[in-house]
Amino acid sequence: MREFFDEMYGADGEVRAAYAGIAAWLAETPPAVLETKREEAERLFRRVGITFAVYTEGGDTERLIPFDIIPRVLDADEWAFLERGLVQRVTALNRFLADAYGEREIVKAGKLTDDYIDTHPAYCAQMQGVTVPSGIYTHIAGIDLVRTGVNDFYVLEDNCRTPSGVSYMLENRAVMMRLFPELFARVGVAPVARYPQDLLATLRSLTTPIGEEPCVVVLTPGQFNSAYYEHSFLADEMGVELVEGVDIIVRDKKVYMRTTDGLKRVHVIYRRIDDDFLDPLVFRADSVLGAPGLMEAYREGNVALANAPGAGLADDKAVYMQVPEMIRFYLGEEPILKNVPTWDCANEGALAYVLDHLDELVVKETRGSGGYGMLVGPHATKKTRDAFAKKLRLNPSAYVAQPTLALSTCPTFAGDKAAGRHVDLRPFVLSGANGVRIVPGGLTRVALQDGSLVVNSSQGGGTKDTWVLHRNGGGR
Amino acid sequence: MLSRAADALFWLARNMERMDNLARLIEAAQSMAGVSSEAEEWRSALAAAGVDELYDETYNAVTPDLAARFLSSGGANPSSIINCLENARVNARAMRTALTRDMWEAVNQGWIESRKLTENNFSPALLAETLDWVRTLSTRFSGAYETTMLRNENYWFVRLGTFLERADNTARILDVKYHLLLPQESSGVGGMLDYYQWTSVLRAVSAVRAYQWVYREEVRPWNVAELMILRTEMPRSLRACYDHITYCLDQLAEIHGGKRGEAHRLAGAIAAELRFGRISDIFQTGLHETLTTYIDRTKELGDQISNLYMR
Repeated sequence: MREFFDEMYGADGEVRAAYAGIAAWLAETPPAVLETKREEAERLFRRVGITFAVYTEGGDTERLIPFDIIPRVLDADEWAFLERGLVQRVTALNRFLADAYGEREIVKAGKLTDDYIDTHPAYCAQMQGVTVPSGIYTHIAGIDLVRTGVNDFYVLEDNCRTPSGVSYMLENRAVMMRLFPELFARVGVAPVARYPQDLLATLRSLTTPIGEEPCVVVLTPGQFNSAYYEHSFLADEMGVELVEGVDIIVRDKKVYMRTTDGLKRVHVIYRRIDDDFLDPLVFRADSVLGAPGLMEAYREGNVALANAPGAGLADDKAVYMQVPEMIRFYLGEEPILKNVPTWDCANEGALAYVLDHLDELVVKETRGSGGYGMLVGPHATKKTRDAFAKKLRLNPSAYVAQPTLALSTCPTFAGDKAAGRHVDLRPFVLSGANGVRIVPGGLTRVALQDGSLVVNSSQGGGTKDTWVLHRNGGGR
Repeated sequence: MLSRAADALFWLARNMERMDNLARLIEAAQSMAGVSSEAEEWRSALAAAGVDELYDETYNAVTPDLAARFLSSGGANPSSIINCLENARVNARAMRTALTRDMWEAVNQGWIESRKLTENNFSPALLAETLDWVRTLSTRFSGAYETTMLRNENYWFVRLGTFLERADNTARILDVKYHLLLPQESSGVGGMLDYYQWTSVLRAVSAVRAYQWVYREEVRPWNVAELMILRTEMPRSLRACYDHITYCLDQLAEIHGGKRGEAHRLAGAIAAELRFGRISDIFQTGLHETLTTYIDRTKELGDQISNLYMR
């Protein structure tokens, strides 16, 4: 039996200070009351319509991601540490992207090759040499963290394209405040509600139109997209228009939207569609989700795009391995947040180790994302592992391997009692001309099945509210 | 605001209003059960909803149960109550940012409830209860937008959709019912049956009490026509609807720096006729002809509004 770090209880069964308020609340609240509250939460989510779409035949096309009513808690010091680490990491990632699409100092320094960057699927050749506002590429980044010990936080993955989930962070909080107002009063939780204002300020900082109010819009693929709720939620919270491709038009290398008052100039687009769909003249010709001429307007500096096309390059696994080195290289600092130890199979010694330890490692495609083409050694049969070993030997440079992580557990309501379930954390990092901002919190995903380490919503994962305490200790 | 948002709000309001009108129409038809020919009564309801031909393609004969189901839950009928609600939610969801949270919750909550309805909820025994639910839903929606929307463009497009749809419905109901009633009128004005049938016209626009308050006499065809076309105090009359429509269009023109279009001219012309018209002149021209013209011009107005703001 492996040992997992329990976020609420210490090894001796003592309640950790950060969870004191939660522990007292759980002790005095009967499971039946929690169950009632859980049902009420579900009704609230349905009424507001926080659903994600699933495309199966028949049945309900809109599902809820299960929500757990017991919050996950981080104390003020833990958060301060994470915050410093996240600012540092995302700053370095932005420096890397600017470098990769600019001078390539990192290649000159021998850390990556030109060829590696140029042939990467997420590399966007049309961005090479383009000047982007403030030199920032990933304005909204989601950094996936896992915890394995008191002071052990690891970065599992960087999401620099168009990370989603922030609406859950905000709605989870709103629902919790409605269900348990007294608990907030007692524990002292840092608010997250200013995120939309921070996001708007970040987006506005990307433009300096002369003599007019900067016009920011959110570009969505439309109501059948699985994250549509989040798109409309963010546009609404920021008080900006939610546009689709049909609403925008490019004239004289400037972007406009069609309004009841004629065409209106757009200065910043927070786009929630993939690079490939932005502009049929440059990328996929069959796309109707973007607007023809958008990239030209962007290159001319007439419109800002967040995130910049090609920012996905930073999500790459081989790039990931270099992030600690990048922090030293670009910032001259020691990395604050740790990477998960990763074996690059391109390296012969590493390959030999990986082949020897397949039953305890997770092997990922270097360029894959979202868990595709992955081998989870401990859960695979010998036959699957042998087949995978063959693939690995044929093309070792396409793979990296990592140990399976002992994700921390956090009390989660399991019908009749609170029981430990594994969690991860995705904070959202905003970078603009006005600096880097992070609201204290993030999206905690939880594997609801006992013993499961899979937090993905498509595989039985749920979410929790994430509480960052104003001060250390968990209140009374 | 986005043209697409104006379009979505306009049609959201139209669908919610249509749903509400259908509920009233079905209730009126039901209330005639046992008094007149049921088949005729339901046929007129189908015609007033504009789906009589579609009904005939689907079924061989008009029965109360089939007709009521077709109007309320009929999947084959794109303008059934349930489909109106479905369309309203699609419009609302397409432009969630243009709605207040209360408006969205009213529509979404209604839609969630509607998904729990079964065939049984539309059976004769439970239909009345279901129709009550529809009217509550519609009231919840209009209450939500009246009390929570900023008085900006969004609001005026919602109002415009509501009153354009209502004007169209009132004209249709009166036209269809009047047709149905004409033969009886010549044979026995003032008879018991006649009384019930004219009352059913009023009932379809929820104006039985209103008639009494305004006229204080027995139900007479020309009074009913006047009440539904020309009387300003009757909230579903063409006159009242057009007063609102022109006001909404004026507000929009003001927001857009005085920009006006054919929609403004047309709405103004119709409103002026209604304001200064006399019921005797309308009967002279022919009630049916007059109503058909209003129905056509209201449709034309919808197209002109779309031309001006929504593309």
